[in-house]
Parts: sequence; C-alpha cells; structure tokens
Amino acid sequence: MEASKVIHAIYTDDDVLMSAVKKVKAEKHHIEEIYTPFPVHGLDKAMGLAPTRIAITAFMYGCVGLTVAIVMMNFIMIEDWPQDIGGKPSFSYIENMPAFVPIMFELTVFFAAHLMVITFYLRSRMWPFKKAENPDPRTTDDHFLMEIAIHDNEQSLTSLLKETGAVEINIVDKEEDAH
Amino acid sequence: MEYKISNRLKIGAIVLIILGLFGVGYGFVDSHSYTEENITKRLAEEHDAHGDGHAEEAHGASHDEAAPHVEDNHSGEAHSEQAEGHEMSHEEHVLHQIHNRPYSALYVAAFFFFMIALGVLAFYAIQYAAQAGWSPVLFRVMEGITSYVLPGGLIVLAIAFVADKHLFIWMDPDVVAHDALIQGKSGWLNKTGFMIRGLIFLGGWSLYRCFSRKFSIAQDSADDNRNFKKNFRISAAFLVFYIYTESMMSWDWIMSVDPHWFSTLFGWYVFASMFVSGITVIAMVTIYLKSKGLLEFVNDSHIHDLAKFMFGISIFWTYLWFSQFMLIWYSNIPEEVTYFVTRIEDYKLPFFGMVAMNFIFPLLLLMNSDYKRINWFVIMAGIVILCGHYVDIFNMIMPATVGDRWFIGIPEIGSILLFGGIFLFIVFTALGKAPLLAKRNPFMKESEHFHY
Repeated sequence: MEASKVIHAIYTDDDVLMSAVKKVKAEKHHIEEIYTPFPVHGLDKAMGLAPTRIAITAFMYGCVGLTVAIVMMNFIMIEDWPQDIGGKPSFSYIENMPAFVPIMFELTVFFAAHLMVITFYLRSRMWPFKKAENPDPRTTDDHFLMEIAIHDNEQSLTSLLKETGAVEINIVDKEEDAH
Repeated sequence: MEYKISNRLKIGAIVLIILGLFGVGYGFVDSHSYTEENITKRLAEEHDAHGDGHAEEAHGASHDEAAPHVEDNHSGEAHSEQAEGHEMSHEEHVLHQIHNRPYSALYVAAFFFFMIALGVLAFYAIQYAAQAGWSPVLFRVMEGITSYVLPGGLIVLAIAFVADKHLFIWMDPDVVAHDALIQGKSGWLNKTGFMIRGLIFLGGWSLYRCFSRKFSIAQDSADDNRNFKKNFRISAAFLVFYIYTESMMSWDWIMSVDPHWFSTLFGWYVFASMFVSGITVIAMVTIYLKSKGLLEFVNDSHIHDLAKFMFGISIFWTYLWFSQFMLIWYSNIPEEVTYFVTRIEDYKLPFFGMVAMNFIFPLLLLMNSDYKRINWFVIMAGIVILCGHYVDIFNMIMPATVGDRWFIGIPEIGSILLFGGIFLFIVFTALGKAPLLAKRNPFMKESEHFHY
C-alpha cells in the first residue's frame, strides 16, 4: 500500500495546543492523533473523541474484587480452617463479617486499580518490548505533537497550523503498520 | 447580583417555626402527663394494649391473665439500671426516659442544624487556607450559611443548660455521688466547665466567622489583596483552633451523654458528619439560588465538584463509622461494647438504616460522573444524606437519654421544623446582606472559568 503523508505540528504549550485543536476542529479537519508528555485536561472532548468507558470496567472489576474477597475469606476463615479468635468462633461468615471488611475493601480497590491499568494498556495497544509509536521523542519531554493526514491540502493545512501557534511543522511519509 | 429573601421563603420559615413550636410544646405537655402517680398504671395500660394481641396470637387461653403476664415479662428482661446497681424502680427509670425525650428531640435537631453551619465554616476556611481556585464563586453562599454558627451554637448551649440532667446524667449530683467513674471525670465533666468551654469554642468560631466575613466584604471594594491575605492567615489559624475545639466540643456536647463510654476518634467521626452535611447544604443552597436565576457565574463544574465532595466525604464518614465500630466490636470490652449493643438491640433500624442512607445510597447514586452535574439528582441525594446524618446524631444522643423508648414522632419532627425554620430564616436573611459575587477575590477569574 502506498505510504500516506501526514503533517506533524509541534506545540510547546498545552493551552496553545488546546486552542489549536479547537481551531482545527472548527475547520473540519480530522486529527489523527495527539502526543503529549502529560495528560491534558479536556483534550479528549476538544478532539471529539467518544467518552471513555474505562469507568464502567473499573466498576465491574471492583465488583469482581469484592466477590473474590468474600469467597476467599469464606473459604479460608469459615470453611477450611475455622478458628476462635478473640472469643469470636468462625462459624458464620455474616457474624464475622466486620473482621473481613478491610479485606473486602482492599481487594475491591486492588482489582479495580490493577485491572483498570491493564485494560488501559491493552486498549492503547501497549505491551512490553513494543516499538514506541510516538514520532518525535520530544513529546516525552516538553513538546506536544498534533498529527493530521494530508489529502491534497498541504498548503492550506500548513498555513492554518502556523496561525494556531505551531512552532514547527513537518510533512512526513507515514508507513502503514498494524496500527 | 443582589439577593433578597423572598416573602414566600420568609413566611415559609415562620410557618415552620410556629408548627415546630406546637410540636415541641406538644412533646413537653405529653411527656409531662406521665407523673410518678400515674406511671405504673399507664405503663400497664400500654403493655395491655400491646400484650393483648401478642397473648392472643401466642396462647389465647391466658388472655385474662394479661396483667401478671406483663409483670413476668419485665422481671425477665435484664435491665441495665439494675445491673449497674442504681436504686431505682423500673417505673421511675421509664418515667425519666419519657421526660427526657422532648429535651433530647430538641437537642438533636438543634445540634444538627448548628453542625451544618459549623461544617460549612470549616469548609470555607479550608478554601481560603488552600487558596482554592475553583470555589470563590461560592464564598457568599458559604458565608450566608455560616451566619447560623453563633445563634445555632447559643441555642445548643441554652438547651444543654436548661435540659441539665435530662440530657447529661453527670449533671445530676445524686448520680455522681454513686458513680466512681463519673467522679473521676468530674474535673472535666462539670456544668460550669461545660458552659465555659462551650462559650470559648463558640467565641473562637464566631470571631473567625465575623472577621473573615468582614475582610471578604472589604476585599470587594479594595484595590489590593491585603484583605485576602489577612483572610488567608486567619483561616489557617482558625483551622488549627477548630480541629482541637471541634474534637473537645464533640466530647462535651455529644459523647458525654454516655459518661462511662469513650472513643478516641469520636471527634473525627462527628467532624465527618458535619462536613458532609455542610457541603450538602452548600450544594442545595447554590442550586436553589441558581434556580432563581441568580449565581449565573456558577456553572455545572462547581456543582460537580460539590457533589464529588458529598460523595467522597460520605465514604470518609463510613470509614470512620466503621473504624470506630470494628475496633470496639473486635476487642469486645464490656464497658466499650455496651455502646453498640444498645444500638444494635434497641436501634436496629436507625443504626443500620443510617449506613444505607449515608453510605450505600450516595455511593451508588453519585458514583457516575454525569449524575453529579444533574441538579435534581444532587438535591435528591442531598436530602437523603441530610436525613441520614440527622439519624446519625439521633443515634448518638437518644440511646443514652430515652433508651428503647425512642420514636421519630411529633416532638422530633417538631424540633426539626423549629430549627429548620430558624436556620432558613437566618441563612437566607444573611445571604441578602451582601452581593452574591465576592468580586475582588484574586481567584475570582479562575473560579468563574473553572471547568472540569
């Protein structure tokens, strides 16, 4: 397949980037991707990305964690090896429940947090030893990079991006990959 | 941007106060119709009416033996006052509980509304001390609510003064004479000290409130930030004073109703309750004023942030509630655990109901980010949270004063209406006394553009 051309506009300030995104969107250009050194609040809304569903997965993972904690403590403390701790014999889960609440809480948080991070990595197609996707290493330091595909509108795009305060504009041949 | 308390609200508040006065009056008249002369007869009648249906269900034949049957029931129950060795008959004990009830109802409601104002005052001071950028548009709302700190606090102290041993058993010299534990604490727990401390707490809080309000108003017409800086400094100082005095206030005004019992995190627990109630009321008043077309500079994001606080502090409250409960439940030391035994045996519904209202309900309702921006959703969640925290205070006071003879009836609801009316009247009158925008606050621009 023929390599497509993209334009890389580089910014040095997140506020300038935000207003640039709004201008580019107003001109009805499609922004392929933006690389930033830190999360920029409201960028997803400005780019018109669909709202994230990671909160829903976090809730489900939390429920899984809570269930695991209940089943686990029930097996360990009630069924497998009941002990009499502090005059509270372990005959019934519900009667000993207050003692298990910290574990229920911790495992809820543990599952929600870890599985949410893993989900986020998978969804972002990131895994160990993967070749970095960001086209310019400066985006890991203090630069912001906006990537827009070119469809025979190099001139107008370049001038538009210049206006928005880009400090550097590069036209790049992008190789098609699995992305 | 001026607000004036509307006539409808004013009349509404006055109607609430009058209705409340009737309710409170009825409570006192009704409870004092029980006297030493008729208590035995009336209790027997009560049990008769109660025991009748019971006896019929269980064993219809013994129906005409209702009276002795009731007596039997009594000796069967292990009454705590007998166990503790008070020389008091069951009737006398119940009579005291009946007489305590209207005082307790009054006190619970008075404290509840006072604690809302005090919670808001702490929240307000934190905003200043942290130099928060999102909240200055809400400062005038907060200042309006904190105007209730002084009157509300004086009311609570006055009720404590008048109610005396009806609320605080350690104010009864007869009880103290027979109680080594209270004698040991009498250096702290005596009425003079109680009143002096109460006035010091209130004096400090209202002094901060008075100066902070003054600087806040002065900042409106200033051309530099001197008043803001002063406010920052006194807020930081106030927070130090507050966290000590709030804790001591909670021992004095609440924990001492059970003078044998103590909990080391009680101050925090009461603080969490007042903080979440206060933030809830800020959100409610803000939404109300917005619905009147005022506060147009307050946007969704401010409501969202308040709702996040309601959600977060509800969980914080639960954390403290559970921490206090679990440690005492686990160690199972008799003089400590009796506190929860009473509550779980006699107050099952309010005790666990409040956990549902203060934790599970806000947790599930306010978890979704979008719901925190829907005004009526925040109001509904807020009403449940406020009811839940009223019940929380109810659970702190009532078991010590009325025992198992509790009910949320006319005296309790009357007291809520009475102090609710006074609260609304004072708060909304104060809201009308200054422009609703603290316009020269250095963070005002940031706050107006606050966007999440």
